[in-house]
Amino acid sequence: MAEQETMIKLDGLKKYFVVKSGLIKTKKQYVRAVDEISLEIKTGEVVGLVGESGSGKTTLARVVLGLTKMTGGDVYIDGVDLAHASRQDMKKLRREIAVVFQDPLSNLNPRQTVESSIMRPMLIHGVPKAEAKQKAKEVLDMVKMDQRYLNSFPHQLSGGQLQRIAIARALALNPKIMILDEPTSALDVSVQAQILNLLIELQEDLHLTYLVITHDLNVIKYISDKIAVMYLGRLVEFGTTEDIAKNPLHPYTRSLMASAPVLDPRLRREDKELLKGDPGSLMKIGAGCRFADRCPYATEECKNSEPEVTYVNEHHQVNCYHPLGEVK
Amino acid sequence: MGEKLLELKDLSIDYKIKDGYLSAVNKVNFTIDRGEVFAIVGESGCGKSTLAHSILRLLPGGNEIVTGEIHFKDEDLTLVDQERMEHVRGKEIGMIFQNPLDSLNPVFRVGDQIEEALLLDDMSEEDAYKRVIELFKDVKMPDAEERAKSFPHELSGGMRQRVMIAMMLSRNPELLIADEPTTALDVTIEAQILEILKQMKKEFNAAIMLITHNFGLVAEIADKIGVMYAGEMVEQGDVFEIFENPQHPYTKLLMKALPSGTKNDGRLQTIDGSVPRITEKKPECRFANRCPLADEKCRTENPPMEWISDTHYCKCFHLGEEEK
Repeated sequence: MAEQETMIKLDGLKKYFVVKSGLIKTKKQYVRAVDEISLEIKTGEVVGLVGESGSGKTTLARVVLGLTKMTGGDVYIDGVDLAHASRQDMKKLRREIAVVFQDPLSNLNPRQTVESSIMRPMLIHGVPKAEAKQKAKEVLDMVKMDQRYLNSFPHQLSGGQLQRIAIARALALNPKIMILDEPTSALDVSVQAQILNLLIELQEDLHLTYLVITHDLNVIKYISDKIAVMYLGRLVEFGTTEDIAKNPLHPYTRSLMASAPVLDPRLRREDKELLKGDPGSLMKIGAGCRFADRCPYATEECKNSEPEVTYVNEHHQVNCYHPLGEVK
Repeated sequence: MGEKLLELKDLSIDYKIKDGYLSAVNKVNFTIDRGEVFAIVGESGCGKSTLAHSILRLLPGGNEIVTGEIHFKDEDLTLVDQERMEHVRGKEIGMIFQNPLDSLNPVFRVGDQIEEALLLDDMSEEDAYKRVIELFKDVKMPDAEERAKSFPHELSGGMRQRVMIAMMLSRNPELLIADEPTTALDVTIEAQILEILKQMKKEFNAAIMLITHNFGLVAEIADKIGVMYAGEMVEQGDVFEIFENPQHPYTKLLMKALPSGTKNDGRLQTIDGSVPRITEKKPECRFANRCPLADEKCRTENPPMEWISDTHYCKCFHLGEEEK
């Protein structure tokens, strides 16, 4: 980790969705997809965001990208306040934040060549055509692909190649932040290794800030400097990869880490501390801690009121009344 | 281990295509005993699903050519008639797939769908319903009675996979084929489903053929592993032999490509090139174009099965050689 300048700062971020039910007496319900999340990402850091499906990981990323409006709280990206940003500021931000999604085939236009797909964001942002063409070649080089692919169409390429194109396109506008939403989930093991290595190299060379979303715990441990764990819209724990992997404080983080498959048949455990039940629904959230029903350590206090964020140290925050001690 | 349940002998599957044949599976041999978990691992396109489907004769039909023998108990499944096959499916060999939503009927309640399978065995409707609830409890379905009345879309991914497992268990098959059973699920749910499979193995002495690309899953549950590459089983052995003493260059590279530490521990191993499309059967090692050890011999001769121990074999000319 290099300098300590803040790149992304979330302060009490909330995103609620309204669900209406009933025709005559319309009832309004809120889905609290992202609730009271505060965290800081420094320049040049790789932060991994983990959680089960429906925990709000993607919603959080969409807010940071400016694709959805937040309900409350503050988001500062590179010093710009997202809630009160002017059109000018937004335009600047959109150049600075790039995104790579899970399935590259579905977000590349099947009727456009690789070259025009990569050039498109540059043309939209007013880069002259000749310059954009040159840059397209450069970024393709950066992702280690031959220039003959410039005239290929997406259906002619393999999954790994498509993901490289998606990364190349994300790099076209010289972003400072990259949001990677399940970048390797659709790929095979050997291709996944290539893409992960490429992403790390790019991050180190260009000093990018990454927010990586994935549910693969081994991938997140490999790539991240810090890990943020989400559960039903709440940030339950945030700390360095080492702390989260070896010394998790939140009972949920611990169970999550325990359910990750271990790559050694001798370490097969007969009696795992398994999480019971499903994560439940965001529509039915009680007053207490959202993890209380599944938590083996839950007390009355947990069921009645939601815990506040506690800072263990500068780099480690946890949202629990009964954080676990050192794990033996 | 116990009695031999399934044995594949020189099974090959070719697809007819416009300009000839596509070799999807080539001369695969293995056996599964009762109470044993055999895992087939490999990357996409290596033929592992084709292989699994061929055992139950579930291939699309029309343009594939299956040769070799599939011995299940004391008969060859490639030779039995359609009627017998219908009895084998479900009753003797059960199968679960990656996406349970594809296998469940969206307009029927899940309980009724399991009952339908039970009613095939001349069970009264009342008994069948009781059995469904029992099965749901076996697979740890929360609120079993409530859930039996739910439609597939009302259930979460984990619950749907539980329904599929319950449906499969309902007829007590002797062999279970699980094709990527947890790929669509979260890790916490994956761990729960694994527990159910382990329990099945223990309680019912069921044999499981697990098809996956996830080595973590294999390390947790498998007794034996077969590694497939481009339609061939390049290495096979018990789980400890494969994890601790992999012999085939492909297996070795694949193991090193798995992220297990942090980026500060060093970069991941990658495998250059891509899986070849095999349209003509030449004597050659199919991994030769990507293999760091490949030489002239690998490109002109078929590597034989070399036995390293009674249970461990590997198809490679360069056993014991290290990469330069």
